[in-house]
Amino acid sequence: MLPIVLLSILGLVVLFLGFQKSKNLLLPATLLVLVVVLVANFLNWNDAPSLYFKSMLFENKLTMSFSGIVLLSALLIVALTRGFIDDESAQPAEYYAIMLFSVVGAIMMIGFENLIMLFLGVEILSVSMYVLTGSDKKNLRSNEAALKYFLMGAFATGIMLFGMALLYGATGSFNVTALKAYVLTNPTPSVMLYAGLLMLLIGMLFKVSAAPFHFWTPDVYDGAPTIFTAFMSTIVKTAGFAAIYRLLSGSFSGIYSFWWVTMAAITVLTLLAGNVTAVYQQSFKRMMAYSSISHAGYLLLSLTALTSQSQSAIVFYSLAYSLATISAFGVLMVLAKETGVRSHETAESFEAFNGLGKKNPLLAFVLTVSMLSLAGIPLTAGFWGKFFVFSSVVERGITWLLIVAVFMSAIGVYYYFRAIIAAYMREGELGAIKVPTFYRLVLIATTIITLFLGLFPDLLRGLV
Amino acid sequence: MLTLSLILIPLFAGVVSLITKNNSAKQLALIGAVVELVIAIVVYTQFQPTASHQFGFSYPWIKSAGIAFAGGIDGISLLLVMLTAFLTPLIILSTFRQPYKNASTFYALILFMQSALMGVFTATDAFLFYLFFEAALIPVYFLAAVWGGENRIKVTFKFFVYTIFGSLFMLVALVYLYYQTTSPQGHTSEISAFYKLALDAQKQGWIFWAFFIAFAIKMPVFPFHTWQPDTYTESPTPATMLLAGIMLKMGVYGVIRFILPILPLGLQSWGTTAIVLSVIGIVYGSIIAIQQRDMKRLIAYSSFAHVGLMSAGVFSQTLSGVQGALIQMLAHGINVVGLFFIVEIIFSRTKTRNIEQLGGITQRTPNLTVYFMILMLGSVALPLTNGFVGEFLLLRGVYESNVWMGAIAGTTIILGAVYMLRLFQKSMFGNKSSFTEHFADLSFSERAVLLPLTIMVFWMGLYPNSFLKLTEPAVSNLLQMIHY
Repeated sequence: MLPIVLLSILGLVVLFLGFQKSKNLLLPATLLVLVVVLVANFLNWNDAPSLYFKSMLFENKLTMSFSGIVLLSALLIVALTRGFIDDESAQPAEYYAIMLFSVVGAIMMIGFENLIMLFLGVEILSVSMYVLTGSDKKNLRSNEAALKYFLMGAFATGIMLFGMALLYGATGSFNVTALKAYVLTNPTPSVMLYAGLLMLLIGMLFKVSAAPFHFWTPDVYDGAPTIFTAFMSTIVKTAGFAAIYRLLSGSFSGIYSFWWVTMAAITVLTLLAGNVTAVYQQSFKRMMAYSSISHAGYLLLSLTALTSQSQSAIVFYSLAYSLATISAFGVLMVLAKETGVRSHETAESFEAFNGLGKKNPLLAFVLTVSMLSLAGIPLTAGFWGKFFVFSSVVERGITWLLIVAVFMSAIGVYYYFRAIIAAYMREGELGAIKVPTFYRLVLIATTIITLFLGLFPDLLRGLV
Repeated sequence: MLTLSLILIPLFAGVVSLITKNNSAKQLALIGAVVELVIAIVVYTQFQPTASHQFGFSYPWIKSAGIAFAGGIDGISLLLVMLTAFLTPLIILSTFRQPYKNASTFYALILFMQSALMGVFTATDAFLFYLFFEAALIPVYFLAAVWGGENRIKVTFKFFVYTIFGSLFMLVALVYLYYQTTSPQGHTSEISAFYKLALDAQKQGWIFWAFFIAFAIKMPVFPFHTWQPDTYTESPTPATMLLAGIMLKMGVYGVIRFILPILPLGLQSWGTTAIVLSVIGIVYGSIIAIQQRDMKRLIAYSSFAHVGLMSAGVFSQTLSGVQGALIQMLAHGINVVGLFFIVEIIFSRTKTRNIEQLGGITQRTPNLTVYFMILMLGSVALPLTNGFVGEFLLLRGVYESNVWMGAIAGTTIILGAVYMLRLFQKSMFGNKSSFTEHFADLSFSERAVLLPLTIMVFWMGLYPNSFLKLTEPAVSNLLQMIHY
């Protein structure tokens, strides 16, 4: 559990670096911390699964992979912050420190062995997110988003905690393994267990913005500064799905017949709500918000099926999705900075991409690969993500669910391609775009990894 | 190794073209395509006309899912490989007089397309087939959507979403079949392993439709054709040639490779429906073609009608039907590329494609007239031209399986003559119009494209057996699986 310790201590160090006059050290320091933690995360890769902190946290290859995805996403996103939080009113030290602390929460959510740890992780991550969402203090929409997120999130956490209490009432333990043993030894558990599980799931599904608990998502994603939107849509989602997967497969696989119908219904709703609404969006950022809902749907698909394949499918999908999302938001941030000077309305709409293919072929290519990957077109990582998810559903044999998902994927192609069309086929008035070298490196890295995983998915899939 | 190089050479040439300067890209692309043609000819000469796959290669790719990077060539593949290798250099050559902006990207996309097409026609692993099937779409989409006409964005978008939608169903069917296979190493996605599955009739029905929608959109078969005329019309001519000449054949090829051998029971229940839809397409497409004024649109509808006949022939599950479809794929590819090129020649000189505004071209252009006439007659299926052999076999196949459908499909002979002769007469004969007053005859590069095409028209018309004997063992082997 080195990552948690390191992140907490080094996060504090970063916070204190903020007392210095020069703010130039902050970004390299934060990046360094994340690189160190990323390496530390994989130090115990070959060890047997083990428990830490008096059986409160668990660590095996699965949790290390999920933590790895979270840390990598954080690293890439932090690298993209250069030049975007350096205006006067911002407090970069606090932001960097909060980002690091929120990753602690994410890793706790991934590795919980005790429901209390899950709760703590969710809270650490959520509270950080509330703050970051409202970090654009002078912007009304950012404030609104933060307040909305906070109020809704507080409700969801309350329900989740209630669910945990009920589970404790039914089984007498918060321990994941004890819950599993209880479910296996009591073929007909009490209603309290069922109610507890459902409430816990509702709380978690809220965090990953599954329908019908998704209504906060578009406003919050839209209102938050883009960099934190990227943070939310990758890290919160990955950690959330890791937690749900560990709950359902670890503790409650014994009562699959109870929860799969609920999960299937939520999956269908999420897929519909995400994809159909995304079609009507004029703002690229809002579209990405709905797209994140729809991707939650595909991940839920694999959870609903819960076969031997689901585990690697979810890991692969999370990574593919995170990389593509970071690329997309990265390109948007560069362009919004350029176009935002001229007109604020178009800064984050599809029109911001008009004529990008001519002005900056590199950015246009990065955007294209990321959209193709999100749409699940072959030879990108996103395709294999979808492929493995669909495979797990076929293996379980829930055909009708698959048909819905296939229809929704086709709709997805529609809205992702609007960005590509804007970039290559529409004329725009973009001026010269300056892309900082550092920035370019991050975008090239995400694009290359996306394509590389599209060609050789086995490299990752063999691991977990 | 030969098969692998067929896929890799255009890919490599495409990458090189992408990084060269715009003004030398076309020569480079042409060299790449000619090298590819030479290799295809080597394959042709070394090919043994048996039912087995030859020149195979197989590398493990995604071991955990049993997916291999495997390919090979049998008679059915060979014909389409030859078609692709033969047409691509001509398509590239046909653009020599027309400057395209961002030429290096333009030619790179054509070559990427060729690579993906070669992959589709040679893959022996089902998922590899799917990957290439999808990958072929992306270059042609960009070709059409970036370099196309006024309405290109809307039209090509419809085309793209439509075809992706169809192929997703195929993906589901493939994944399903994959899970039905059993082998010592777990599941496998070799196509030949799918042939050994014996699913019950109801399951086969479902999978039939999943495949059918994918391939019917690609071909296209009525009522999945609505993307096609607009896309063909709005695309730049090289992209139209790729779409009509080669890509359309991916659908027919898919039916032959997957639906026929894997789903005999599905065909028993739904084969007739498929034939009826195809035959509706023949009549419907022909009648609309007769009404058209835009030359490109007219040929687009004629292409829709022709592919309807191919599809009906394949679904008849008879030797002559399938053989006819194969030879007709070759013939149609050659004719339609030639015809679209002639439209482009006329358009580049007169700036109009409306046949009402044309006329009187023959008087100054003996060369163009002769080439146009030959290709047109090939398309009408006059005896001794390439169209005749295929159409004859196809009609015989459809007739053998269903007399009524055969009779209705037969109207294609008359209707085809009506629209093609009308096209020829209105554009070439009659009085000169203001558009055609100063019409120059063919240039050297234009003749260099049309001459090989017309030679093929006669070669296939006079010695069809040199092609039929290549595919016959593979086809009869395939049909034995259905009628076991």
